[in-house]
Amino acid sequence: MKPAPFDYLRAESVAHAVQSLADAGGDGKVIAGGQSLMPMMNFRLVKPSLLVDINHIPDLAGIRQQGGRLGIGALVRHRTTAADPVIARHVPVLHAAMRHVAHLTVRNRGTFCGSVCHADPAAEMPMIALLLDGTVQTATPRGGRRLPARDFFLGPLMTALEPDELVTEIEMDTLPADTGWGFEEFARRHGDYALAAVAVTVDRQDGRAAGPRIAVMGVGDRPMRMPEAEAALDGSDMGEAAIDAAVEALRATIAPNADLHASADYRRHLAGVLAGRALRGAWTRARERLAA
Amino acid sequence: MTGRADITLSVNGQSYTRRVDPRLLLSDFLRHELGLTGTHVGCEHGVCGACTILLDGRSARSCLMLAVQAHGAEVETIEGQGTVAALGPIQQAFREHHALQCGFCTPGFVMTILDMLRHHDLGDDAAIREALSGNICRCTGYEHIVNAVRALVRERGKPA
Ligand SMILES: Cc1cc2nc3c(=O)[nH]c(=O)nc-3n(C[C@H](O)[C@H](O)[C@H](O)COP(=O)(O)OP(=O)(O)OC[C@H]3O[C@@H](n4cnc5c(N)ncnc54)[C@H](O)[C@@H]3O)c2cc1C
Ligand code: FES
Ligand code: FES
Repeated sequence: MKPAPFDYLRAESVAHAVQSLADAGGDGKVIAGGQSLMPMMNFRLVKPSLLVDINHIPDLAGIRQQGGRLGIGALVRHRTTAADPVIARHVPVLHAAMRHVAHLTVRNRGTFCGSVCHADPAAEMPMIALLLDGTVQTATPRGGRRLPARDFFLGPLMTALEPDELVTEIEMDTLPADTGWGFEEFARRHGDYALAAVAVTVDRQDGRAAGPRIAVMGVGDRPMRMPEAEAALDGSDMGEAAIDAAVEALRATIAPNADLHASADYRRHLAGVLAGRALRGAWTRARERLAA
Repeated sequence: MTGRADITLSVNGQSYTRRVDPRLLLSDFLRHELGLTGTHVGCEHGVCGACTILLDGRSARSCLMLAVQAHGAEVETIEGQGTVAALGPIQQAFREHHALQCGFCTPGFVMTILDMLRHHDLGDDAAIREALSGNICRCTGYEHIVNAVRALVRERGKPA
C-alpha cells in the first residue's frame, strides 16, 4: 500500500506550519503522531497535497496546571498523558481513561490533541475533553481561537477546525480532591476502540449531587454530553431511584447505530449499564464539599 | 520541501543517506531501499505490529511513519538484534521457550519486547500481556511468548 503522492514539510514553528497550510489552499494536512492519519492515507481515504509535520516544533510537548485548568500541548504523547503524575492526581478520570487507549507502540507516538482533532466517535480523549468543559486553543495565520469542546465536534471525524488551523493546546478542568468521578468502558479486546464508554464527575454538597457531568462515546456520531441525565441527577440523593432515572434519560437521548460488532439495542442497553456503574463509582469517591 | 527529499538516518548504528519520495513508508524504505527485510509488513494500518522498529529508543510502527520523518533519527531493526550464530537475549529466550512457529510476527514482537524491557515494569503477567496486546500472532497462542518475556524480566534484575 502506498499513500497518494504529496509534498512534505517539516515545520519549524507554529507560524511556519499555519502559513504553509494556508498556502496549500485547503489541501494541506497536519501530521502529529500519524497513528490515525497514516492508516487513512495508506488506504487513500485521505489524499492531502501537502503534509505538514509538526513533530519538530519546539515547546509543544508541555503539560501545565494553572488555576483549576490543565493544558496539554500538541505534542504530548499518549504514553506521557497516561503516566503524568499531575494528571494522575488532578485529572484522575483522564488517567483512568488512558488505560483503555491503544497499545504500547501506538501510545509512543499518538498525541492527545491529535486524537481530539481526529474526532473518532469511539475515542476516549475527545469524550474527556467534552466532559471536563475543555477548550481548544488554535493558531491560524490570522491569529488564534479558543473553541469550547462543546462546539468542536461536528460529526464522525469532523470538527470545527479550518484547513489552516493548528491546535496548539487543549485545556480542561482539573478535579478538586473531593469531586467524585467514574469511567467505564466496554471493548471486545483491551486497547481496541470501545463499543461504548461513559465518564462522569459529581460533587457532593449536603449529601446531594451538585453539578453532575456525564459524557458518552461510541453510541452516536460524536462524543456527547447528556444534559437530560445530568438534570435528572442534579440535587438528588444519588440513590438507586435517581440513578435509574438518569440511566433512563440517557437511554432515551442516544440513538446508537448497529454495526458488525453490536446492535443498536445492545449499545443502548450497554451505555445505560456503564452509566449506572460510573455514577455509583463516582458517588462512592465523592467527599462532602466543605463550605468555602 | 517539495518533491523528492534527501534524508540521512542511522539504522542499527550505520549511517545511510538516500533520496526518497515523501510518500515512501519507513517500512518500505527499510525493506526495499536498504534490503533489511527482517522488518515484516502485515496490515499496513497499524493493527498487527509486525513492522515494529525502535525510533530513537522507543517502539514505533514503521508502516505508520514516512521515511522522510526519520531524517536525523536513530532506527533499530531486528537485524541489529543478533545473528543466527549469535542470537540476542530476546531471540535466545524465544528459542528456549518455543515462542515462535512460522516466525512472521517475531521481528515485531522482539522489537516491542526490547522497548518493554527497557522502559516498563512488567511486574506481573497481566502487565506483560497488556504490553504485548498490540502485536498479533496467529500461531503460538501467545502463551510461550509470555513465558519468554517473564524469563527475560527475571534476568533483567540480575547483574550481568
Ligand atoms: C492499532 C491502533 C489502536 C488504536 N486504539 C485507540 C483507542 O483504543 N482509543 C483511541 O482513542 N485511539 C486509538 N487509536 C488512535 C490513536 O489514539 C491516535 O494516536 C489518535 O487518534 C490520533 O493522534 P495522532 O497524534 O496520531 O494524530 P494524527 O494521526 O497525526 O492526526 C489525526 C488527525 O488530526 C489532525 N491533527 C493532528 N494533530 C493536529 C493539531 N495539533 N492541529 C490540527 N490538526 C491536527 C490530522 O491532520 C489528522 O486529521 C488507535 C490507533 C491504532 C493504530
Ligand atoms: S504492518 Fe505495521 S502494524 Fe501491521
Ligand atoms: S509465529 Fe506465526 S504469526 Fe506468530
